[in-house]
Amino acid sequence: MNKSKEQLLNKRYKAEQRFRLYGLSAIFMALLFLTIFIFKIFSTGYSAFQKTWLIVPVTFDAELMMLEQNPSNEDLQDADYYDIALKSMADLDPNANEDQENELKRMVSYFFEKEIKNELINNPGLIGKTKEVYLTASDDLDQVFKGNYPRDLPEDQRRVSDYQLKIFDQLVAKGKVESKFNISFFTYADSREPELAGIASSFMGSIFSILVCLMIAFPVAVLAAIYLEEFAPKNRFTDFIEVNINNLAAVPSIVFGLLGLGVLLAIFHLPRSTPLVGGITLSLMTLPTIIIAARASLKAVPPSIREAALAMGASRMQTTMHHTVPLSMPGTLSGTIIGLAQALGETAPLILIGMVAFVNTIPGSPMDPAASLPVQIYIWAESAERGFVEKVSACIMVLLGFLIIMNLFAQIIRHKFEKKWS
Amino acid sequence: MNLILFTFIVLLGFTSYYFGRKKAYTIQSSNKRLTALPQFYGYYLAIWCAIPAFIIFSLWAIFEPTIVKLLVLSDYSNQGYLDDELNLIYEKTKSLSRGQFTGEITPFIEASAEKYLSLRSIAQSSKAVIVLSIIIASVAYAYKRISSNSRTREPVEKFLNAVLFTASLAAILTTVGIVFSLIFQTIDFFKVIPLFDFVFGTHWYPAKAFVRDSSEALDPSMYSDTFGAVPIFAGTFFIAFIAMCVAIPIGLMSGIYLAEYASSKVRQYAKPLIEILAGIPTVVYGFFAALTVGPFLKELGTSMGLEVSAESALAAGGVMGIMIIPFISSLSDDVITSVPQSLRDGSYAMGATKSETIKRVIFPAALPGIVGSILLGVSRAIGETMIVVMASGLAANLTLNPLESTSTITAQIVVILIGDQAFGDPKTQAAFALGMSLFLVTLCLNIVALRVVKKYREKYE
Repeated sequence: MNKSKEQLLNKRYKAEQRFRLYGLSAIFMALLFLTIFIFKIFSTGYSAFQKTWLIVPVTFDAELMMLEQNPSNEDLQDADYYDIALKSMADLDPNANEDQENELKRMVSYFFEKEIKNELINNPGLIGKTKEVYLTASDDLDQVFKGNYPRDLPEDQRRVSDYQLKIFDQLVAKGKVESKFNISFFTYADSREPELAGIASSFMGSIFSILVCLMIAFPVAVLAAIYLEEFAPKNRFTDFIEVNINNLAAVPSIVFGLLGLGVLLAIFHLPRSTPLVGGITLSLMTLPTIIIAARASLKAVPPSIREAALAMGASRMQTTMHHTVPLSMPGTLSGTIIGLAQALGETAPLILIGMVAFVNTIPGSPMDPAASLPVQIYIWAESAERGFVEKVSACIMVLLGFLIIMNLFAQIIRHKFEKKWS
Repeated sequence: MNLILFTFIVLLGFTSYYFGRKKAYTIQSSNKRLTALPQFYGYYLAIWCAIPAFIIFSLWAIFEPTIVKLLVLSDYSNQGYLDDELNLIYEKTKSLSRGQFTGEITPFIEASAEKYLSLRSIAQSSKAVIVLSIIIASVAYAYKRISSNSRTREPVEKFLNAVLFTASLAAILTTVGIVFSLIFQTIDFFKVIPLFDFVFGTHWYPAKAFVRDSSEALDPSMYSDTFGAVPIFAGTFFIAFIAMCVAIPIGLMSGIYLAEYASSKVRQYAKPLIEILAGIPTVVYGFFAALTVGPFLKELGTSMGLEVSAESALAAGGVMGIMIIPFISSLSDDVITSVPQSLRDGSYAMGATKSETIKRVIFPAALPGIVGSILLGVSRAIGETMIVVMASGLAANLTLNPLESTSTITAQIVVILIGDQAFGDPKTQAAFALGMSLFLVTLCLNIVALRVVKKYREKYE
C-alpha cells in the first residue's frame, strides 16, 4: 500500500518533468526555427555584397573609336566604344575563332562598353594607350568565382562553357580577377541581368510608399483615437466604430489590395504601379494598428491629469490638446513606427495594384512607377537565374535591417520618453 | 498652380489668426472682459478662412472635370457619335494636351485639345479669383462680428470636435470601401456563373476563360466546369490545417512555459525572440519555404521512397505554422497570466503538482481565451498570401495528400490579378468573388474570436 503510494507520487513527478520538458522544447523549437532561418538567409546572402571584376587590358585605339585628333568632351561621349570593347575581350585569347570570340564577349556584362567609356571620359589622356580596365564579370562567372556554381556538371547543363572556364582560370591564375564591395547593388535599379541588378529603385519605392502611408495614416488615426477615447459618447454608433476597427486590424492584407484595385485604380483612376496608390492602400491597412496603439496610450494617461486641468478651468478640448495628447505621444509614436514596419514588409496588396512591374529607372516622386523592397524580393525569387538567389537573400538582409532599426527606434521612444505613472 | 494657391490660402489663414488675436488684445486693452483667451479669436478667424476654401476646392474638384468635358464635347454633339466614341475622343484630347499622345493627330482633336487647355486655364484662374475673394469676404465679415461679448471658444471647439468625429469615420469608410469594391464585381460574376457551380463545382481552371475571344464572353455554357471553387476552398483549409498542426502545439506549449515555468530572466529574452518570428515579412517566409524547405522535403521524401512535389502543401503549411507560433504563444501567455492567482493557490493547497494545476485548473479556466487566440491564428493562416504564392502550387488540385501541391484562395487571387486586368472579364471577377468569400470567412472568424476573448477578459476583471 505504502509502496504504491510512492510509485504514484513518482509517476506524478515524472509527468511533471515531462510536461516541463515539452514546454522547454517548444520554446527551443521556435528559437531553432528562427536561428536556421537567419543563418540560411545570411549564408546565402552575404556573397551578394561582393562583386567579381575582370581586369582586362584595353587599347584605346582612336581609329577604332572613330575619333579625330584632339577630341572634345562631346566627341568622347559620342565615340564608338563597341569595337575596342569587343577587341579587348577577343584579345584575351589570340587564337580564338569567331564562336569563341562571342563566348569571350559573354564573360562580361553588357555594360562593358559603358565601363570602358567611363574610363576614357575620366581620363582622356588614355587615347592611343593601353590600360587595364575593371569590367563587371557575367553573373555566371561571378557565381563560379564565389563557389556557388557546381563546376563538375556536364557542359551542356552549365551556363558557362568549358572554354569560358579555361580562360577564366587563366585570368584567375594571373590575378586578373578581383572581388570588390558591390556598390552597384545599392545604386543601380532593377535589371534582368543579376550582375547589374540593384535595389535602388525598389528602395526608393518603399520609402515613398511609407511616407505617403505615414502622411495619411498618422493624422487620421491620431484624430480618430482622440475622438473615440476622449469625446465619443457611449452609444451604438461608437460601438460600431470600435467593432469595425478591431475587425479591420484582422482583415487579410490581400483584401486591402483588392480595395486598392477596385476603388483607387478602377474608380478614381489614380496612376497604376505607383508608390502613391501603394501608400494609400498601406495607410488603410495601418490605420487600425495606429488607432489601437494611440487609444491604449491615451488610456494610460491617469485621470488625475485631466481632472487637474479641468479644475483649473480648462475646457475639455484644452485639457485634451494641451495635456492628454502630448503625454500620450511617446506610446502613439512607437505604435505608429511598428505599424509602418508592418506596412514596409507587406507584399500582396502591392502586387495587386501593379507594383510588380519591371522598373529599371529610379523613381523621383511618388507618382513614378516603382517596386518596393518586399516586391523586389518576390520578383527576384521568381526569376530563374542562379545569380538572383544571393541577391534575394541580400535584399532580405537589407529589409530585415530596416525593420530591426525601426523596431529598435520604437523601443527607444517608448522607454526613453514614456512617463511611468504610479 | 494649385500649390501656389494653397500656400497663399495657408498664409491668409495665419494672417487672419494674427488679426483676430490682435483685435482681442485691443478689446482687452480698452478694459473690457474677453469671453475667451485671445488666441481663440485668432482660431475663429482662421476657421472662417479654412471652411470656405475647403468647400470651394472640393466643389471645383467635383464639377470642373465634368463641365470642361461637356464644353469640349459640345463641338461633337450634332455629329452622331456614340457615348463610347465621345469618351475616346475626350481621352485622346486630354493625352494630346499633356503631350503624351502617340496616335495619329487629326485637326479636330488638335482643335479640341487647344480648347481643352484654354478652358482649363480659365477654370484655374477663375478658381483662384473666386476662392480668394470669398475667403477675404468671409474673414472680413467674421472680423467685424468679433466684439467683447461674442463667443469664439465654443464654435472653435465645435469645429475641432467635428474634425475629430470625421476622422473616426475613416474606419467605417474603409470597411464600406472593401465591401463596395468587392460586391459589384462579385454580383457581375454570379450573373455569368451560377452560385451553385461556384460553391459546389470541383473543377477550377480560370485560364480556360481567358483564351476565349471576348465577343463570346457572355456565353455561360463555356464557363461551366471552369469556376468550381471546391478545390480552392479545400486547399485553403488544408494548408491552414497543416499550419495549425505546427503552430498550436509549439505555440501553446511555449505560451504555457513562458507564463508558468520560465524565470523572469528567461521570459525577458525568450518572449521578444519568439515575437521576432511575427515581425518577419511573409515574403521572406515564402522565399525560405520555396528555396530551403520545399527542396529539403523533396530530397527527404525521395530518400524514403516517397513521391514529394517540390511545391508541396506540407512545405507551405509548415512554414506558415512557424509564422503563426508567436501569435498563439503570446496571446495564450497573456490569457494564462490573467487567470487569478487564487485558482492556482487553491489547487496547490490540495497537493496538485504544477503540471496538474495547469492541465486541470488553469487550462480549463483559460480555454475560451486560448480558443480565441487559435481562431485568430486560423484567420491569419487563411488570409496569408505570399508563402502560398511562392511555395505552394498554382494549379488547383483537389487532394488531401500533403506531399502534393494545392492552391489557395489568396494564391488564386494573385495569379489572376498579377499583370494587367480587364474589368468585366469573368476571370477578373472570379478573383473578386474569391476575395469576397475570403473576407466573409475571416470576418466571421474574427468576430467570433474577438467576442470570445472579450467575454473571457470580462470574466476575470
